[in-house]
Amino acid sequence: MTFSFEIPLLLLLLVTAVGAVLVEDLISAILLLGSYSFFLALVWAWLGAVDVAFVEAVVGAGLATVLFLLTLFGTAPKVSRLRLPPPPMAALVSLPLLGLLLLYAANDLPQFGDPQSPPSTHISPTYLEQSYQDTHTPNVVTSILMDYRSLDTMIETVVIFTAGIACALLLRRHSS
Amino acid sequence: MIRPHDSIIVQSLGRFLIPVTQMFGLYVLFFGQYGPGGGFVGGVILGTSMIFSVLAFGHDASRSQLAKKVLHGDGVGMLIYAGVGGLCMIGGGEFLNFADFEIPGLETASRRSLGIVLTQLGVAVDVAVTAVSIVFSLSAEEIIEDSLNG
Repeated sequence: MTFSFEIPLLLLLLVTAVGAVLVEDLISAILLLGSYSFFLALVWAWLGAVDVAFVEAVVGAGLATVLFLLTLFGTAPKVSRLRLPPPPMAALVSLPLLGLLLLYAANDLPQFGDPQSPPSTHISPTYLEQSYQDTHTPNVVTSILMDYRSLDTMIETVVIFTAGIACALLLRRHSS
Repeated sequence: MIRPHDSIIVQSLGRFLIPVTQMFGLYVLFFGQYGPGGGFVGGVILGTSMIFSVLAFGHDASRSQLAKKVLHGDGVGMLIYAGVGGLCMIGGGEFLNFADFEIPGLETASRRSLGIVLTQLGVAVDVAVTAVSIVFSLSAEEIIEDSLNG
């Protein structure tokens, strides 16, 4: 019975997300964001996307938290409290309307795990059936990322490399 | 400039956890073909183990030397990935089509498997170096000059 733990998990996700936005202390906000990523990783694992859950747990809950904390300590260590201005009236009216619209549109999405949905009928069966014969790699996600979609992954690596170079050029302070 | 952490708990845990984390990162990297994981996650775990050593023992500790040396490897991961793609072109094959590896005695599927391992290694090196490099950019003032000059 999946009902018993999916509702508390989603509630925790909601509580940590709202808390990260509403809390005044920036350090608390960063730690809440880290725990939000951790709960999101649990949700991914529950949906069966173990690789994504792994990345979310390591990057979102681990590395991003450290980077946020270092940024906070490096920029304004004395002013770490934030006064939130009250939200404008237009946002209070339009955002719930947008949410209702999205919920209405979500009715047309295919059911989770539906074998007749477009993503599971287009090219996924080919990958699932042939990837082991083609590449001798039991993990289909890895074989798609690294073999069938190799060029995409190379460009992603370029993006990460560019991010590192840009951070080094913009942020490294020289002593002289 | 990050100074060593005062707490004995953090330092003892660091001494124990850093090798374990690095072992786990390598396991995730090379087990990515058989289970969840892969180059990206393995690289991030390896990078965070080095970041942990910098945060717990400071920039100047002997345990952080690896993290400083790694900074020189910016771009090596990219080179490995694109180099594997280039190796596929030697025998007249396509860029990044691992079935065109000119290795005698290997069937096509094994060549593609080998290509996956090598490109994952490239991704891992790239991600680990980038993670350490961003942390150094955010935290260091004169450490970069020191490590590059001395």
